[in-house]
Amino acid sequence: MKPAPFRYERPETLGEAVSVLREYGEDAKVLAGGQSLVPLLNMRMARPAVLVDINRVVGLDNSEIEKGTRRIGALVRQSAAQDISPLVRSCLPYVGHFATRNRGTVGGSIAHADASAELPLALLVSGGAVVAASSRGRREIAASEFFVTHFTTVLEPDELVVETIWPETGGGVAFEELAQRRGDYALCMAAAVVRDGELRVGIGSVVDRPTLLGVDPDRPGASAAEQVEPYDGLHASAEYLRHLVRVLVDRAVAVARARAA
Amino acid sequence: MIVLELVVNGRSCRETVEPRLLLSDFLRHNLGLMGTHVGCEHGVCGACTVLVDGAAVRSCLLLAVQLEGSRVETVESLAADGKLSPLQRAFHECHALQCGFCTPGILLGATDLLSRGKPSRAEIEDFLSGHLCRCTGYTPIVDAIARAAGVDAA
Amino acid sequence: MAGDKLSRVSVATRQETWVGRAVPRLEDEALLRGEGQFMDDLAPIPNAGHAAILRSQLAHARITRLDASRALAAPGVAGVLTGQDVRAMSRPFPVGVEGARPYYAAAGEVARYAGEPLAVVVAKNRYLAEDALELIEVDYEPLEPVLDARVGEVVSERAFSYGDPAAAFAAADLVVRQRFRFPRWSCTPVECYGVVADWNGATGSLTAWANFQGPFTLHSVAAGALGLRGSKLRLITPPDSGGSFGIKATVYVYVVLLGLASRKLGIPVRWTEDRLEHLAGSATATARETEVEAAFAADGELLALCYDAIDDVGAYLRAPEPATTYRMHGSLSGAYRVRNVAARNRVVLTNRCPSGLNRGFGGPQLYFPLERTMAIAAGRLGLDPAELVRRNLVGADEFPYRTPSGGLYDSGDYEGALDEALELSRYAERREEQHHARAEGRLFGIGLAIVVEPSISNMGYITLAQTPEERAQTLPKSGNAEGATIAVSPLGGITVRIGTTPQGQGHATVCAQVAADALGVEPDDVEVLTSVDTSTSAWTVASGNYSSRFSGVGAGAVHLAAQKLAAKLRAIAAHELGVEAHEVELREGKAWAGEASVSLRRLAGLAHWNPDALPPGVEPGLVENAFYAAPNLAPPDAQDRVASSAAHGFIADVAVVEVDRETGQVVVLDYTTVHDAGRLLNPLLVEGQVRGGFAHGVGPALFERVEHDEDGNLLTGSFMDYLCPTAPDLPPLTIGHRETPSPFTALGAKGLGEGNTMSVPAAIANAVADALGIDELELPLTPPRVWELLGR
Repeated sequence: MKPAPFRYERPETLGEAVSVLREYGEDAKVLAGGQSLVPLLNMRMARPAVLVDINRVVGLDNSEIEKGTRRIGALVRQSAAQDISPLVRSCLPYVGHFATRNRGTVGGSIAHADASAELPLALLVSGGAVVAASSRGRREIAASEFFVTHFTTVLEPDELVVETIWPETGGGVAFEELAQRRGDYALCMAAAVVRDGELRVGIGSVVDRPTLLGVDPDRPGASAAEQVEPYDGLHASAEYLRHLVRVLVDRAVAVARARAA
Repeated sequence: MIVLELVVNGRSCRETVEPRLLLSDFLRHNLGLMGTHVGCEHGVCGACTVLVDGAAVRSCLLLAVQLEGSRVETVESLAADGKLSPLQRAFHECHALQCGFCTPGILLGATDLLSRGKPSRAEIEDFLSGHLCRCTGYTPIVDAIARAAGVDAA
Repeated sequence: MAGDKLSRVSVATRQETWVGRAVPRLEDEALLRGEGQFMDDLAPIPNAGHAAILRSQLAHARITRLDASRALAAPGVAGVLTGQDVRAMSRPFPVGVEGARPYYAAAGEVARYAGEPLAVVVAKNRYLAEDALELIEVDYEPLEPVLDARVGEVVSERAFSYGDPAAAFAAADLVVRQRFRFPRWSCTPVECYGVVADWNGATGSLTAWANFQGPFTLHSVAAGALGLRGSKLRLITPPDSGGSFGIKATVYVYVVLLGLASRKLGIPVRWTEDRLEHLAGSATATARETEVEAAFAADGELLALCYDAIDDVGAYLRAPEPATTYRMHGSLSGAYRVRNVAARNRVVLTNRCPSGLNRGFGGPQLYFPLERTMAIAAGRLGLDPAELVRRNLVGADEFPYRTPSGGLYDSGDYEGALDEALELSRYAERREEQHHARAEGRLFGIGLAIVVEPSISNMGYITLAQTPEERAQTLPKSGNAEGATIAVSPLGGITVRIGTTPQGQGHATVCAQVAADALGVEPDDVEVLTSVDTSTSAWTVASGNYSSRFSGVGAGAVHLAAQKLAAKLRAIAAHELGVEAHEVELREGKAWAGEASVSLRRLAGLAHWNPDALPPGVEPGLVENAFYAAPNLAPPDAQDRVASSAAHGFIADVAVVEVDRETGQVVVLDYTTVHDAGRLLNPLLVEGQVRGGFAHGVGPALFERVEHDEDGNLLTGSFMDYLCPTAPDLPPLTIGHRETPSPFTALGAKGLGEGNTMSVPAAIANAVADALGIDELELPLTPPRVWELLGR
């Protein structure tokens, strides 16, 4: 389990980083915290020709707050993310483990777009956005537009996530997850925000990307379950996962409502 | 090949390495620090955990070249002045190790955990969920960390 | 090492022994400092090449072409060994069943499981070896894999009957019939396999360092495959091993494979298994499907038990299998008095990784069906499960008790232990609570498991795979002995050397306690060498670490060796002090006769420096070897009865669970285990073994399984999908200890590290079945599976 050879680039400014990405395009892979990427390198399931280590890029670990909205630099570690929002704080205990959170980054988790990762769902339900930079400039992409499918986003090969934007959700929030063990990939997860009587619900892990669902406030779980088409997996059947959507959405909505009250 | 300079267990070192060399292999094979154990090389078992600039991380998920200018601590650093640390002592007293293969990683992770304050037993268990031990059934490890933290036994 | 040593317990007084006390471990200091010496930490020979192994990607395929020419040209590559080379250079591994499919260290024309070795690349380092591995071109012609054991090739089939089961069934008031499946699972020690192999062309011999847990019979098996007489295969184990739980018995296959690579390439070769290899290609527990028929009288008396078992051993029957099939043969009746027992055993091949030893081997596979059957019967008879158990337990006055299949249960008070478990678990209160919980619509369940835990295997049990007539043609076998050496240096330093290849159990501490008692010193005065060297250690065909044999025969051998040495020291001291040897007492580092004493150091000096002063008939030097064999083991008899183990502990467990009706998640509210493992040599280590065995039992009960898809591809090939329980996943455990010494071991101790791995799956399954009100369930009881059982 040793990585295949690659060329190693370690830009120190954003300008250098995007120019390296422009140069190598699809042959390049960005290394941030590496907690998902390096296992794939070790198994030789990922074999980039060029590895672009952005950990030294100046300015990517800054965070700022403006009218309640937080802009979180891509390199902010998950262990330092609890103050982003109450929703993020509720989901973080489910994100990997103590030592992987020390290294794993918020931006990396979003860019990796693992369908069973918690932070992408939290960003989506928060109504957040991703800021991507390339040598062509910067653009802001709404989270609802960002995730395409498993491990796939709308990012172009030469683009780099530089920050994520987390608007203040306000109201009551909840994050519910069922995994077979603590810190495992979730079988199913649900996040809910209740504010001024309005309900925002998202689910993850059971389908190919974090997904917002318009739910019936009187029967949130059941109406959510009707909208998803989970796939069968090693650990659980589609039928069970659909059932979990119902249970976890109901639980999340109940908790969020209680917190909003 | 890349020239790498870093401080390991308080000692500066300079080595020429391939970019793909994992930190775990670098510590074991370039520096001969065999106390860092490799158990899965995909970040699950936690045996290879070390401290990088004070934070517990998986050394199998870092490239050695990423550590340029960093400060790394391995299990060999814990018995300062030749004396076991209170944490190591607690592991001995609580019979918190059997084969001892997962122990170095747990000791370093717990060192980071304890540096942040006094964890509850639940927080210790949550921390330990990132470490596999197949010998002890974990309870003695929780006891040992709680003892080192000065938390009352359950 | 500079610095303070860990504090030791205070000096033993004359009245008490070191054995039996919770002496903290002597092993810990080095391990806590990161100074353990594990296999991959050692460089026993310079300039070894690093191996990587090419493995079959398909579960069943003809290898029509394997071209390593590009790999050979890759940077840093020393050479390649192919499956064809393996066939040309070695023989199939011997195994205890005639006509089994030939098994070599690598596949030749046909690969029979995904993960089977096809070739070995040796290069300057592991990175380069893995690079070259990718350059080997393999053409596969896929063949249909067999994954259903019910249609697999039967390599061994035997039927046994004891008493008169047919008559018992005819007279029964209740017959329970049920099919059970015990899953494949794997103990997954955190340290994987490691081998350094060095072929010596001049002497035609192989020296191999490996974290093997033998030598036992498997040294002979490896030597047989290499075509070497045993003395030409020198196996050396490292001082420390990062856990095994049985699975490192299979390292011998790689000793042969890497030995052949070293022989072919003319250089030493080292290989450290990685986790993906371990999960795909080391070994797993034997999966068993059992159909049970049990006959009961209306009052609950168990009248007869019939098992029809299919053991899926994977692609090859690999030694020491079919050990899993026969290890429990003397205990087919469990803890119960039933006299009519029948069993049919079929050992079957499928296209999966070959099975091997895993903690409890044979036990979980037996007790899951047996204890589930008892619980089902209790329900049908309208009895509380604890009451049904009680009515059938072997009585405290019946020991030693001979089971129908020949087992000899040495000692115990089963009912006393059951009562203690019921009390500790507040069984009656919990039943009350269950009543209320059910009224509230909650799924609350209580399960028992009653287990007789065998230890110290009689290797003769494997010959039950042969008919009595076939056995009569071969050497009878009852091997179970262990050896040890004790020596005193010219300066009085004491060294014990053992052959039990510890993997974390704390053998060194216990051996130091045993030697300290015999020689009148402190454990800290004794060095214990745990590294086995088959060219220099005192070992025999049973030596090693399996079937919980350490506390019985391992510590027993040290005890005997130390007693021999003590006798010699007393003889020398008597000569010095002018008294008779029987008047001499060893304590506090001296030999005493009344008020007069002579130090151990002086006695050692005499024996080494001045043989002239020794009493007549006493040899110079101070080294003693001893071997201990249990006195109650014999080869199977003509009626297929066998005392399959020397000692038998007892375990009574109570699990209390609640099932989340919405998610199917099982929460074990608490778990109680009471065990009787004879005399406890070191209670601290006992506690550790019980907790570890418990965790390994929770694994297949709730989390762990080795799973393949319909093509035979491994789905649980990494630690992301093979789910070992972690700290928050384990339920709270209450432990009760009882001590009924064994009359058949030197120190009265029995094995105890495996019992809870045998009991926990059954107890949790019983509790979940109780909560759900169902009879049929399959392990592990994951949330999706339990939800399905709930009928959605």
